[in-house]
Amino acid sequence: MKALEIHNLKKTYANGVQALKGIDLEVSEGDFFALLGPNGAGKSTTIGIITSLVKKSGGKVFVYGYDLDTHSVDAKSLIGIVPQELNFSQFESCMEIVVNQGGFYGISRKLARERAEKYLRQLGLWEKRYDPSRTLSGGLKRRLMIARALIHEPKLLILDEPTAGVDVELRRSMWKFLRDLNNQGITIVLTTHYLEEAENLCKNIAIIDLGNIIENTSMKYLLGKLNTETFIFDLKIPLEKKLSLPDFILNVPDAMTIEVEIRRDQNLNELFDVFSREGIYINSMRNKHNRLEELFIRLLDKNNS
Amino acid sequence: MNRKVYLTAYNTIVIKEVGRFIRIWIQTILPPAISMTLYFVIFGNLIGPRIGQMSGFTYVEYIAPGLIMMSIINNSYANVVSSFFGAKFQRHIEEMLVAPIPNFVILGGYITGGIVRGVIVGIVVTIVALFFTKLHITHYMIVISIVIMTSILFSLGGLINGIFAKKFDDISIVPTFILTPLIYLGGVFYSIDLLPEFWQAVSKFNPILYMVNAFRYGLLGVSDINIVTAFTIITIFIIILFYFSLYLLNTGKGIKT
Ligand SMILES: Nc1ncnc2c1ncn2[C@@H]1O[C@H](COP(=O)(O)OP(=O)(O)OP(=O)(O)O)[C@@H](O)[C@H]1O
Ligand SMILES: [Mg+2]
Repeated sequence: MKALEIHNLKKTYANGVQALKGIDLEVSEGDFFALLGPNGAGKSTTIGIITSLVKKSGGKVFVYGYDLDTHSVDAKSLIGIVPQELNFSQFESCMEIVVNQGGFYGISRKLARERAEKYLRQLGLWEKRYDPSRTLSGGLKRRLMIARALIHEPKLLILDEPTAGVDVELRRSMWKFLRDLNNQGITIVLTTHYLEEAENLCKNIAIIDLGNIIENTSMKYLLGKLNTETFIFDLKIPLEKKLSLPDFILNVPDAMTIEVEIRRDQNLNELFDVFSREGIYINSMRNKHNRLEELFIRLLDKNNS
Repeated sequence: MNRKVYLTAYNTIVIKEVGRFIRIWIQTILPPAISMTLYFVIFGNLIGPRIGQMSGFTYVEYIAPGLIMMSIINNSYANVVSSFFGAKFQRHIEEMLVAPIPNFVILGGYITGGIVRGVIVGIVVTIVALFFTKLHITHYMIVISIVIMTSILFSLGGLINGIFAKKFDDISIVPTFILTPLIYLGGVFYSIDLLPEFWQAVSKFNPILYMVNAFRYGLLGVSDINIVTAFTIITIFIIILFYFSLYLLNTGKGIKT
């Protein structure tokens, strides 16, 4: 069963911007799916169409087999959405916001209150349940939107940059929370600019750029495709002469730093041998990007050239 | 099953809407009470006695129904326009748009919110009026139905204004340039019998004239116009605005990109 199927989805905004140029996407039931792409790629537009907030210009969307055009009530009941921008009333309390959202899905106030308690507790909002939402910190506002999205216990949870502006600790706990939901069988689609987050959480991935899907595969396969890695070496003493390392791709941004790209079939020992021979002393070393970031940048470069 | 879902959704919108204007009662309930007090003091007690009788009633008795109606009109309109525009502006309208609620339920919820505000303010203003004049109801059914129908009509008007509004200023354009003049020229303060024939004819194009007179008929038993005509005209307006609002919601005008 596909949790989400998108066929040839197109969107041209009123101002003429062609945000989606006919994308196809499939997300299986139980998947943890990352939709990645640079700013303005079309991620939120895609999510907006799936959640009935943006009118599509062409194409089809199916949610658990329900056509959004003809069976919108069934489709909508299955989706939970955490949008990129805050979209709750600034004057209502957390409790009101979450319980009312339940009401919009036809859930009785009694049941909605029980569920609200469960999710507000899990997300650390219970103490603040009667506070007006505008008084919450940025990170807690995002969590409030997660609680709200879960009130009708959706089978497909879509999160548009849920961890933007969230501190490291909250982000980690949010990851755990999402992973637990996924383990309970909820299909999750997530967008993020933290590639580490996608690498950590997601099983499958699509990269969208300029309104087109440029990669759609499993995280494992994608990372497997990466056959080089760049390391940065900080030196103890400045380089005096021009360095040459015939076997390696080399970049020297300044006299105290060397960047070296290393293929899979090479190893670091060879490199250190050369360093010792040349009298280069290394203070510290680190990865230039995380692995996914490297791939991501390459794919985008390729798409833009 | 759907009917139960829709009913719960409808109730939720009503709870949210009523909760909203009660929470800010100082901006929603209190002002009409104050302005009514001023109207009664100035037109009723100070100027009224010099005007003498109108259609066989003291002036303050004559204007009371019109003033109550004016509050109902203004408040049902204001409730929906500011709530709907606020929901658009803060984007929490999206909470409803993502949920499986058909547009007629959303429409019904907002209209009910407008009716409740209209009725509550109507009652408050009536209590104020009782300090200045006696009021008795001649035709109960007419009073109740005209209050409800007027609130529905102006809630719909407010909703349409809210849909088209792009900025906060836009929500006061219709009240300032259309509603207030129509109310003042709609026979709140005078009987149109006082007007020259030409202006009497012109006045009959003003829908508010029919509501004010129907309400006055319900209370005092006098009206400038035929009651059946009044109800027919109001009903036609409601039907037109209802379907127009529904059409706007269905096309996502002003709320979906
Ligand atoms: N309401 C709108 N009217 C006109 N153009 C829009 C509208 N919303 C988005 N766009 C344009 O559509 C394109 C895709 O925007 P979208 O918000 O989907 O990108 P995104 O991938 O979510 O980006 P980000 O990572 O910055 O959130 C952009 O060029 C954007 O400027
Ligand atoms: Mg976005």
